[in-house]
Amino acid sequence: MQGFKQSILVSIWFVFLTFPLMAVRVNTADRIVEWRWMNMLWVAVASFVLSYAWRYMLARKQARNKSEESGQQQGRVQVLLEDMGFRYRAMGVLLVLALIFPLVFDTYQNTIMISALIYVVLGLGLNISVGLAGLLDLGYVAFFGVGAYSYALLNHHFDLGFWAILPVGGILSCLFGVVLGFPILRLRGDYLAIVTLGFGMIFKVVLENWSDFTFGPSGIANIDKPGLFGIDMNIDGSTLYIYYIMIALVVFTILITNRLRNSRIGRAWIALREDEIACVAMGIDMARTKLSAYALGAFWAGMVGVLFAAKTTFINPASFTFMESAIILSIVVLGGMGSILGVILGAFILILLPEYMRAFSEYRMLAFGAAMVLMMIFRPQGIISNIRTKYEYKGLREETDNG
Amino acid sequence: MDYFLELFLGGLTRGSIYALIALGYTMVYGIIQLINFAHGEIYMIGAFVALIVAGICTIYGFAGISVLVLAAIAAIIYASAYGYTLEKIAYRPLRGAPRLSQLISAIGMSIFLQNYVLLAQTPDFLPFPSLIPEFAFMEPVAHIVGSSELVILMTTVITMILLTLLIKKTKIGKAMRATQQDMSMARLVGINVDRIISLTFVIGSALAAIGGVLVASYIGQVNFYIGFLAGVKAFTAAVLGGIGSVPGAVLGGLVLGWTESFAAGYVSSDYEDVFAFGLLVLILILRPAGLLGKARKQKV
Repeated sequence: MQGFKQSILVSIWFVFLTFPLMAVRVNTADRIVEWRWMNMLWVAVASFVLSYAWRYMLARKQARNKSEESGQQQGRVQVLLEDMGFRYRAMGVLLVLALIFPLVFDTYQNTIMISALIYVVLGLGLNISVGLAGLLDLGYVAFFGVGAYSYALLNHHFDLGFWAILPVGGILSCLFGVVLGFPILRLRGDYLAIVTLGFGMIFKVVLENWSDFTFGPSGIANIDKPGLFGIDMNIDGSTLYIYYIMIALVVFTILITNRLRNSRIGRAWIALREDEIACVAMGIDMARTKLSAYALGAFWAGMVGVLFAAKTTFINPASFTFMESAIILSIVVLGGMGSILGVILGAFILILLPEYMRAFSEYRMLAFGAAMVLMMIFRPQGIISNIRTKYEYKGLREETDNG
Repeated sequence: MDYFLELFLGGLTRGSIYALIALGYTMVYGIIQLINFAHGEIYMIGAFVALIVAGICTIYGFAGISVLVLAAIAAIIYASAYGYTLEKIAYRPLRGAPRLSQLISAIGMSIFLQNYVLLAQTPDFLPFPSLIPEFAFMEPVAHIVGSSELVILMTTVITMILLTLLIKKTKIGKAMRATQQDMSMARLVGINVDRIISLTFVIGSALAAIGGVLVASYIGQVNFYIGFLAGVKAFTAAVLGGIGSVPGAVLGGLVLGWTESFAAGYVSSDYEDVFAFGLLVLILILRPAGLLGKARKQKV
């Protein structure tokens, strides 16, 4: 009964709150006020139901916190994922599926899949700085833009090919990351967020206004597609080709980021995320470690930016807005910060779901925003939480066995 | 000289608006060390509510100053209500969670509110009626400073004075200062910390709404996206002045306003935003605590 009363109050409050924006629409030019009472009914019913769900979830979270204090419990998925044999088999199956995918489906599906894969790489790149090192980067799309523009411009002026620029784009945006990161990485986390956000915006302003160099808002068209020993390909063929390049890039990214995470520097990143002061006291060079995370994250964005320019053959500043950064960030957050599998899953869900549910696509960003808040409150570790590799010292046991 | 004066006053107007919004950031940050990314959205919602109320009022035949007053009151009430709800939903359950989680939740809320207004109202720019009347006595200097600029400056000054009195002289203000200094100690001496935090959000949101109404009627149009840039700029102002400090926010707002105004006037208006952020980066590198902020020693 208590809950019922509370939900009624919540419902009334939200009706009050949303009334002017949801129920009224004023057209000052024609002097008409449009009243939309049906919306109010929806808000009332929805907030009533959701307040029950909210309370239930909060109670469950508290119960879980208590049970976690008494002892660590692992979910069934978690146990399965830690089994290395299962992991290798699953990866093999997925790779085969990915390789035969374009042979089964048509070019349209391939194109969608390519953009999902682009976001997978972007997510994995941002995962290095946000997920592993805990540096919230809100201007990540600028690095993506550096890659895309370096290919577009070098191709336009010097006629350089895709394969030559692919590493160059990565390295250029890596350098860009170092130059930007150097002065700002000493800042505390929340300042870093706002400064990177500012850089992302400056990047777009410069792209739009420096017309002599970047061709301004009209963008650059007729960028070459990736070449394959000079063979001419039709649209289907080149889409297929880009798809396989993308698969290779994703596999490469997964391998490298996985190795990085378990390396000395990867562990330094995680330590830095957990506790900066303790980390510095242990003798880790904070500035250099942070800078390497920032620059390596930028590297992947640059590479995939080159591929993006080659895929669309046309780029303009509108592709590099804050919204893109926000989408990439929500991929990392929803998938699970630090978890490679989680980020991949997050990219597929966030990019493919709106693609196949066109009717709801205008609600996409609304849902992303809400999901980010709800995830942080109820499941901060993401869909698939990061598995920390544990190292055991086996030497001692053998010694005691012998002695 | 006239041009210089025009830019100076333009910067002052702009800066005082930034200061109004920056106060919300700085007060919230002072208490819970969180960048309230959704603060710019609260400002935008304030402007939208004012637009809707003003629209209804003019269509039903109200006139003159009563429209402005009604619209401003509605904007303040709704912005405060949104600020209160925002804190309750997105920040309170995360109290004590890692900083990164709180920041991400704030960004999520900002994206959510933007798209909520986009879907509930319209993605286009809406014309905002100029609610501030033209005063006859301003006629001789109208080419340098207009009536709306005068109203903006006056409103800002009065609001600042009221806010300072609230913080320095009242019991609530004392409780707010105590919470800012040491939250657990404040709790021990019987201050309801949760209520103080809610109150801070409400006051900050109300100030943002005042800024929203003034700007919207000054510029003459609103859309769902205005809050984002204004929010980032205002945060820049807050950092510039020293985050957590109320006079710092005002000073930071003015410095930012002048920088933008002079840079746009003498250098290039295309790169206005670049100058603002350049200034932010410079300040953060040279003087991370801001112009008036105290450097807080980090204790282990």
